[in-house]
Amino acid sequence: MNRVEIYRGWCKQCGICIAFCPHQVLEADDSGYPVVRNPEKCTGCLLCEMRCPDFAIVVNKDEESREETGSPAGK
Amino acid sequence: MREAEHLVHKYLRSSKRFPHIWCSGCGIGIFMQALVRVIDQSEYSKDDIVLISGIGCSGRLPVYVDFNTLHTTHGRALTFATGIKLANPRLKVITVMGDGDAVAIGGNHFIHAARRNVEIASFILNNNVYGMTGGQSSPTTPHGAITASAPYGNIEPDFDICRLAEAAGAVLVARSTVYHTRLLERLIGMALKKKGFSVLEVVSQCTTYTGRFLQLNSPVEMLKWQKDNAITVEKAKQLSDTELEGKIVIGVLVNRERPNYHEQYQSLLGKKSKV
Repeated sequence: MNRVEIYRGWCKQCGICIAFCPHQVLEADDSGYPVVRNPEKCTGCLLCEMRCPDFAIVVNKDEESREETGSPAGK
Repeated sequence: MREAEHLVHKYLRSSKRFPHIWCSGCGIGIFMQALVRVIDQSEYSKDDIVLISGIGCSGRLPVYVDFNTLHTTHGRALTFATGIKLANPRLKVITVMGDGDAVAIGGNHFIHAARRNVEIASFILNNNVYGMTGGQSSPTTPHGAITASAPYGNIEPDFDICRLAEAAGAVLVARSTVYHTRLLERLIGMALKKKGFSVLEVVSQCTTYTGRFLQLNSPVEMLKWQKDNAITVEKAKQLSDTELEGKIVIGVLVNRERPNYHEQYQSLLGKKSKV
């Protein structure tokens, strides 16, 4: 399973990762920080990571899903 | 929790403080990440790259990344870039400018760098406003928009940066938004490969000023606005000018070949030494 990690120290709670995740993997906590609610739904598309203006979210893809999508940035 | 290992982290200057200074949801960080990703996948090492900026929010970008970097005076990124490319053609010269930096105070340098066709990949982060100084109108602020310097609406028409670049002679002219990150990466890659003056307009969001003036009250609403208003070059060809009003045409607008300045300069030096 892909593992989504959030680096809270750098996050500015803009909400972009939560709003544009195609599979609603993330949710906002009471302070507006993203938290991983549905990790099993993550397809490893990396859109949250690529659109994070603060480099505060990382998707660690497992080997199988990396081969499926063939994303050049999935290393 | 284990500390995140982000691709961008490898390219950041560890001496700088993070989080960076840009506002919550600012598009500059999204562009910076895309640029670093493309360079990471390319043949260029950190030492091959020279990243140059002028003044403004975008001017902070070279401060954070560990390439050869210059933070120059307002509007003068392209003049420094031209000098560097002529002095050492081996280097990959990149400029990052804002809309005010590139087409207002630096407008003259912009058109002449394009006319000369110096090999520079120039990225213009267009947020339609002077963000750093408090939200004044810039040359790309839309007509009628409310800004700090135009409280009753902007009475000036706005520049189309891409048309300006095309008319001035740029060999690659393209546009993307920061929402369209995959397209953004593809176009950054094309601009880096082009052996001449390339211009990529990156439609970005100033969440602090433009957002407030347009009554788009969050970074998410501003990205949705980019998503809803963007239209590809191919689709745009089938629409009239009236239908295209308010749309953001994204993709490659111009891709042509022309002799570039520094190669002609080098061959001139070769001829002169034979005389």
